[in-house]
Amino acid sequence: MEFTLDSGNTAFMILAASLVLLMTPALAFFYGGMVRGKSVLNMMMMSFGALGLVGLIWILYGYSATFGDGNYLGFFGNPFEYFGLQGATDDESLMAATGVPFLVAAGYQATFAIITVALISGAVADRMKFSAWMVFAGVWATFVYIPMAHMVWGGGHLSGDGAIASALSTPIDFAGGTVVHINAGAAGLALALLLGKRKGFGREPMRPHNLPFVMLGAALLWFGWFGFNAGSEFAADATAGRAWINTTVATGVAMLAWLATEKARDGHATSLGAASGIVAGLVAITPAAAAVDTWGAIVIGAVAGVLCALAVGLKYRFGYDDSLDVVGVHLVGGLVGTVLIGLFATDQNATWYPEGALNGLFYGGGVTQLLSQTVVALVAVVFSFLATYVIGSIAKATIGIRASEDVEVGGIDLAVHGESAYETLGGGRVVTEVK
Amino acid sequence: MTKLVQAVIQPHRLDDVKSALEAAGVRGLTVSESSGYGRQRGHTEVYRGAEYTVDLVPKVKIDVLVADEDAAGVVEVVVKAAQTGKIGDGKVWVVPVEDVVRVRTGEHGSDAL
Repeated sequence: MEFTLDSGNTAFMILAASLVLLMTPALAFFYGGMVRGKSVLNMMMMSFGALGLVGLIWILYGYSATFGDGNYLGFFGNPFEYFGLQGATDDESLMAATGVPFLVAAGYQATFAIITVALISGAVADRMKFSAWMVFAGVWATFVYIPMAHMVWGGGHLSGDGAIASALSTPIDFAGGTVVHINAGAAGLALALLLGKRKGFGREPMRPHNLPFVMLGAALLWFGWFGFNAGSEFAADATAGRAWINTTVATGVAMLAWLATEKARDGHATSLGAASGIVAGLVAITPAAAAVDTWGAIVIGAVAGVLCALAVGLKYRFGYDDSLDVVGVHLVGGLVGTVLIGLFATDQNATWYPEGALNGLFYGGGVTQLLSQTVVALVAVVFSFLATYVIGSIAKATIGIRASEDVEVGGIDLAVHGESAYETLGGGRVVTEVK
Repeated sequence: MTKLVQAVIQPHRLDDVKSALEAAGVRGLTVSESSGYGRQRGHTEVYRGAEYTVDLVPKVKIDVLVADEDAAGVVEVVVKAAQTGKIGDGKVWVVPVEDVVRVRTGEHGSDAL
């Protein structure tokens, strides 16, 4: 294809990539506020660690292994084709059709890989060795994120060229419900099971130590998410506007629904509920952002708000310590959005519609798209859970993944990072010799 | 001789107690944030549906060193200013002090007050 630069779209995509990159530090605040004061730095460092490492991996071979030529086992592209993002021409850009150069497209995709890895860290709060987290982050990005992104967006099993598409219809995942949220949620569950519960889980109070941080994080996540969802159009056009509108309305409704659910159940509309509802809504609307109209977005937001508010209680019933509810928010929210596309997908009102996809059940398309969405969601859950479980088990057996009990009790910030977040009386004295 | 008047009060009464003590001629006091419970017991907090009973509630503790003969009056002032009539208003008590030293000058006893 002949490449013609579209400076408007390119400017939009550079900005969108920057917005999505902001989501990872935003997540650090969102998660950091939710843990106890003695482990906030470790919590934030897991996100920052992912920023550095996954960004590097993506630029070295990640992009190429996801979107490069070839289709190895349906899981990988050629990791060496665009190694180091060198030597490609702009007509090879993923976004060539909208006049966005290769490097901008590759950079935009990097931010998705980074945030997906960072999301998992919420499941392992307070108790995972930082070295093990960093190793896990690199291995997981390589053997779970890349295959999932390749399967859905790179022409693999779950894309328009895959088996589900030929048997049913092309699954719709506009901005990453399967690749990002179901993927991170299922991985979080696997890792939480392998790590075991925090000491005192369910008996000792583990209240969020800084709710304003949580709200700050949620606000920045929402802002960044416009880059995630509207940017997934790859162009500054009406469909990007559709994604923006849906991202706003579904998120607002999800927050209200979460607050209403906890007001009815617990008697209070909480700030943590508002922040959580925002993220649940953002997660759920992600795959559907430009695939449904306003009414679909409102219903998806409402269902996600109620279901996620209920789902965060499951860990106490089943006894797994998904500390910050990666499962309850990202897995459940991701499933809600991905599956409900099967009811609400439409090709009207400036929506996006991949070749081979059908309208949803409520929009005259019959049940085929609903089946397709359900199958793709289940495949994503199973693939991510099993692959993560294998990687986590190997790490557990070799390098060990859990910090010692002393570290956990005394606080992982101090033991692992040699720092404490907050100044206390008797803050120590200087021992470094000043020349 | 010297007495130490100690009080545990509701945090929101601190400003009134401090003003009342100033008006009564008390020239210095020490305040610390503390927590505890008496008949008030605790309260319940809910985070993402997980209910916590918080037994210890925030309180403010005041220490005032006074001369023997002023102790009863200071206690009255604190009680009057801290009282809201609800459970959780706190306690005031008086303990004898063996010696007091002003760090700046080294003065002892009532000279140090």
